[in-house]
Parts: sequence; C-alpha cells; structure tokens
Amino acid sequence: MTGNNTRIFFVGGLISFRALFNWIKPSLYIPTMLGSTVFQIVFFVYLGRYARTGQDDAFFIVGNAVQVCGMSSVYGMTMAVANERQFGTLGPLLATPANRMAIFLGRGLPVLVNGLVVSATGFLFGIVVLHFRPATSTLPAIAFVVVVTTLSCTAFGMLLGSIGLYGKDFFFVANLAYYLLLLFCGVNVPLDDLPGWMAAIGRCLPLTHGIAAARKVAAGGSLRSVSGLVWTELGVAAAYALAGFLLFRLLEGASRRSALLDTF
Amino acid sequence: MRSYLRIIRVGLLLRVCEFSISRGFLLMAVIQPIIFASIAFYLFKAGGRSGTLLYASLGAGMMGIWSSTLFGSGGALQWNRWQGTLELLVGAPPPFIVVLVPLTLATSVTGAYAIFATLLWGRAFFGVPLHFAHPWAFALAVPAGVLSLGLMGLLMASSFVLYRHANALSNLLEYPVWVATGLLFPIALLPGWVRPLSWLLAPTWGIEAIRHSALGQGAVWFPMAMCAVVGVAYFSLATIFLGIFERLARAHATLSLT
Repeated sequence: MTGNNTRIFFVGGLISFRALFNWIKPSLYIPTMLGSTVFQIVFFVYLGRYARTGQDDAFFIVGNAVQVCGMSSVYGMTMAVANERQFGTLGPLLATPANRMAIFLGRGLPVLVNGLVVSATGFLFGIVVLHFRPATSTLPAIAFVVVVTTLSCTAFGMLLGSIGLYGKDFFFVANLAYYLLLLFCGVNVPLDDLPGWMAAIGRCLPLTHGIAAARKVAAGGSLRSVSGLVWTELGVAAAYALAGFLLFRLLEGASRRSALLDTF
Repeated sequence: MRSYLRIIRVGLLLRVCEFSISRGFLLMAVIQPIIFASIAFYLFKAGGRSGTLLYASLGAGMMGIWSSTLFGSGGALQWNRWQGTLELLVGAPPPFIVVLVPLTLATSVTGAYAIFATLLWGRAFFGVPLHFAHPWAFALAVPAGVLSLGLMGLLMASSFVLYRHANALSNLLEYPVWVATGLLFPIALLPGWVRPLSWLLAPTWGIEAIRHSALGQGAVWFPMAMCAVVGVAYFSLATIFLGIFERLARAHATLSLT
C-alpha cells in the first residue's frame, strides 16, 4: 500500500465516518447502540432460563455480546455506502481516481472499532449485572476472538453495503441480514439443535465460528484450543471482504452505466 | 364529531394501506416475528417444552405488534418532520390528536399481521396445533390487544412531539417491553419490581387476554377489560400531553427541526 493509499485508508476512513454519521450524538448512540445491546442480552438470558435448554446464562451472554457487534458492522457498513448516495456525494467520490480498495476498506475501520465498543459493553453488562464470571486470564483471548469476529462481520457488512450502490432498499437487506444472523449463527440456538441445512448456512456466515470460539475460551479454553475456529472465522472474513470488494467494483460499473449513482 | 370519526376511519384505512406495502413494516410485522418465533420454537424444543409452542407463537406475534407500533409511533412524527408536513398537520383545523390517532392505530393494526404470520409459520413448519380453547374470545382478544397497543403508541407519539430523537428511543424500548410484559417467558421469572411496571403496559394485558383465550389457562375477560382501561388511560394522558407538548413545540419553534 503506497503512502497515498494509506492516507486514504486511515484519514479518508475517519473523515468519511465523521461526515456520514454526523447525526450520531450521545443521546442517539447510547440508547440505540448500547441500550438495545444490554436489553437484548437480558431478553435472551431469561428466554434461555425459561426454555430450560440446559445451557447456562454464559451461553446466551457470550453469544449475544459477540453478535451485537453485527449491529455496528452490518448497519454501519451498509450506511457507509448508502449515506453517500443519500447525501449526494457518491458520484463525486467515485469520480475521484482514489484507490477503490483503500476507500472501501478504510470505511470499515471506524465501523470495526464501534463494533468492538458495542460488544465490550455487552460483556461488561454480563459481568456486572448478570454475574458472568470468565477467568481473568481468559479476557485477552476473548477480546482477540471478538476482534476477529467483528472483522468478519464488518466484511459481511461490506458485501451488503455494496448492494447499496445499485439497489435502493438496502436497509431492508441489512435488517433482514441482521435478524437472520441471530437465527442461523448459533447465537441463542446451538447449531446442533438447528436443522442440517440451517446449520450448514450458519457455518458459511460470519459470527458462527467466532461465537463458538468465544464460548470455549470463556469456559476456560486456551486460544490455541480454538485456533481452528478462529482461522475459519478469519477465512470467512477474507471471503466476504473479497466478495464485497468485487461486488463493489461490479455494481459501481453497473450503476454508472445505468445512471443510478445519484438516485435515491 | 362525525367529521372526526370520518378522519379517523379514512386516515386508518389510508395508513394501513401505506404501511402494508412498506417493506420496513412487513419486515417488522411478518419476517422479524417469524425469526423470533423460530428461535423460541427451537429453544423450547431443545428444552423438551413442545407444549409451549403455541405460547411462543402468540408471544412472538405480540412482539411483532409492539415493534410495529413502537417504530411506527416513533417514526410517525419524525417522517412528517423530514417531509415538512408536521406543521401542516398541526396547523390543520381538526385537533392534532384526531390526526394522530389513525396513524398510531394503523401501526398496531399492521402489526397484527404478526400474530397470523407466527401462527401460520408455527403450524406449517413446527406442527404447532391451532386448537383454541375459546375461539370467539380469541377473535375479540386480538383486536382488544391491537387497539390498546395503538393507543399506547398514541401516548408515545404525543411525547415524541418534543423529542427530536424519537427514533433512538424506539430502538431502545423494543427489547425492554418484550421482557417486562412476558411475551415469551412469564413475568414471574423477573425481579418483583418489574411486575407493577408491567401492569401499566398494554402488551401485558393484550398477551394475557390472547393467551388465556387460546390456551384456556385463565380468565379472559379481566385482561380484556384491562386492555380497555389502560387504553382509555393512554388516550386521556395523550390528549393532555399532546396539548402541552404541541404548545411547547410551537412556542420553542422545534416542530419542524430535524
């Protein structure tokens, strides 16, 4: 990556985040991102207790605390492209000669950091309020797994965000994807309890392997013992990032040809 | 009075048609409840509680009605703000509450798709038996629940006149009300202080009326009467709040600020 591309990646990513999410204020951010996170965890912990599935509270706390990073990643990345279109800046952006990879990946960095903050809030809430007690020695490993999982969710969000270059109803797609992740990825229902075809789809999605790894680590497993799951999650991330980038280039060309860049 | 009823009837019809073709509403009123119902089905099956599948279907359906009402009521004023039509609605000759009632009622009426969606989904894919203990009472309980939720939406929307970030509040309130009103698990599991709070919330009485009529495990008419009581209370409070907040929003010139 050249110096110019590095600047576009870091500075461009940060500036675009500040510009596209200029409406985010504490009065919006706290209820939306953090408040809903903690209540989602409470909801599924109590649902799990009532269902008597044999899973303890930690199963639901870890599953949901990791999954909520998807809120930032899926919606954030979708909006990173969609808001350019809504604000009328997508055309000028794509008219620049800037490296597309640097533009595309740079937008994912602030979203990734935000996802980590949201996920950390979920874990902190579980520890403080729901008596979730992972061994202190496991916390760095859990943090590492969450970073990898958030990365993979952000890559998934990039793929969905690319659709925003061409399709108008990207929020529908993002919402649908977010809720389907909740069902397919073993967040609350173990993959073994899902039908085979659902479990198979779940294994191709982000979150699934990361959540499984985080649960094992929280239960006392070492990072080495979950290395297979972590590498798989990274592989999923790479596949979605590549697919997202290719789709971005493909739909960029298509939206130029059909003059859809500024339609909203 | 007659013209007000006409505004409500026409407004309700117009809004229900509008929401029924909105993909966002259909996601909330059909797809999202189905996903939550599926999660509950799999969890209850894993826990060997197959007898609770109808319980889960109805609860997930009510979750959809609440989501639709919440986002609809939260968004109703915001959308009008964005489109620049809020001042026109407030400035129109009929009282603003008459304009607002059909809007919030339409959100809960559209949300009622959720009950039917989760019942059909449960029947088709999970073999949930659709044997209702008191079918006629069920046929009354659903509209009673929907109406009381619509009026709760009216109360929320009336307070959202002042609050420019009503959408954020909508995002926050979805899960807490699902939790506090016992839609997918009994309130008895929650700390004792939640119980009195749940009595103030329409979904508590709505789901109780619907469940008791469907499952035949308790009184039907009491929760249905409570739907009416809380509905009247919401309407009365909304009328008062709307008068105050509308005046404040006009005085502070915040009506059209986005």
